[in-house]
Amino acid sequence: MSVYKHIPIHSIETTLSHESTFILPQLILVFPFLLMFVLYIIAILLSNRKYRKWPTYRTVYWMMGVFAAIVAVAGPLAVKAHVYFTAHMLAHLFLGMLAPLLLALGAPVTLFLRTINVKRARRITKLLKRKPIRIVTDPIVASTLNIGGLWLLYTTSLYTVMHEHILIHILVHVHLFLAGYLFTISMIYIDPAAHRTSYLYRSVVFILALAGHGILSKYIYVNPPEGVTEEQGEIGAMIMYYGGDLVDIIIIFMLCLQWYRETRPRFSLEINNFPTKNI
Amino acid sequence: MNRQSDSTRETSSALNEQIYSTRNLWSGILFGLGLIAFLDEVVFHQLLRWHHFYDQSTTDIGLISDGLFHAFSWFATIGGLFLFADLRRRNALWLTRWWGGVFLGAGIFQLYDGTVQHKVMGIHQIRYVENVIIYDIIWNVFAILLIVIGVILTRRTAGKNQPGGRVSSERV
Repeated sequence: MSVYKHIPIHSIETTLSHESTFILPQLILVFPFLLMFVLYIIAILLSNRKYRKWPTYRTVYWMMGVFAAIVAVAGPLAVKAHVYFTAHMLAHLFLGMLAPLLLALGAPVTLFLRTINVKRARRITKLLKRKPIRIVTDPIVASTLNIGGLWLLYTTSLYTVMHEHILIHILVHVHLFLAGYLFTISMIYIDPAAHRTSYLYRSVVFILALAGHGILSKYIYVNPPEGVTEEQGEIGAMIMYYGGDLVDIIIIFMLCLQWYRETRPRFSLEINNFPTKNI
Repeated sequence: MNRQSDSTRETSSALNEQIYSTRNLWSGILFGLGLIAFLDEVVFHQLLRWHHFYDQSTTDIGLISDGLFHAFSWFATIGGLFLFADLRRRNALWLTRWWGGVFLGAGIFQLYDGTVQHKVMGIHQIRYVENVIIYDIIWNVFAILLIVIGVILTRRTAGKNQPGGRVSSERV
């Protein structure tokens, strides 16, 4: 399969007219997200029969997350991403950062646990407490999978290979999404997290990961992947740099907010700070 | 009755300021560092377009330093403001000291950026013109000015506001 081979800019129009050749990987990548959407809706219906109404904002997050992921893997942006590096970067921002964050905010594990009986739920949470889960949800491991994967993609020939082999294309995108999701849930806890780490530890790792992302963006600016024009490489790198900043400030905000809430002062510990007016 | 509780509040606030003196300073430093980095990005990169996204003369260590400081400054802006909110809810906000921290953080980063990052690591110049040295001098003098203001404010708030040195024992 060499349909994705990099094509000089002048023949883009002819490439884009052969949209049908891109259909298969699009379908394969869209399917899991459609399934996730349907399952989430079914889970809401099941959960609402037993417990109080599932919060609408969580559903909205989930819908936006599924939408962001689908926009990245199918449709006009995904097709353009095969030819334009800028479109590729935008799609990757959606799939690897925005969609994972929005989906994590949808609290899928919490919703899932509400749909099954207590005995099964206990078995599932026991499963989540196991060592392999602890390892992959450790901030350092998750960050390495996430940012390390990006370095591998853009500084080796993997980027070119990805456009030539349909299987590698799919694997890279699956990894990008999963690593982005792991990274998000290792930093902010929306669902029950069995293996919590300290806020300071997460903050330090987060800063290093964000730095790794920014440094890679500037590296790409000067050394774009094979087959990418200088102009496309420069704009793509800037999309990566500033787009990454935008999504990451949301994660920083949530992390700090959770930290702030958990360290709320107890009046008895403060000198004379009890609410005098109530006495 | 009300007046009495108000005066209790005032003394408790003075005590809390003292107890959280360091946190006031750090909240200011973090926010100041983040603020100056943000202004640098908005004013010199985006509005004036004097700074370049990348300069060919950037050393590897310059690229790493730039990446680390950029990431840290994002975090520091938000984290510094949450610390500010934390001081307020503890009735321990000490604005003079906080501003001292802001000037210190902003000045130190500005000086590091203007000397080490621009000149030694070559991440980019202030402006791509012939007499960039004039820009460099103004930039760094401004940085030193910020630091001086920061030092004055923090020294004025160090050790003061301490009603008879009872604080350290009362804390326990």
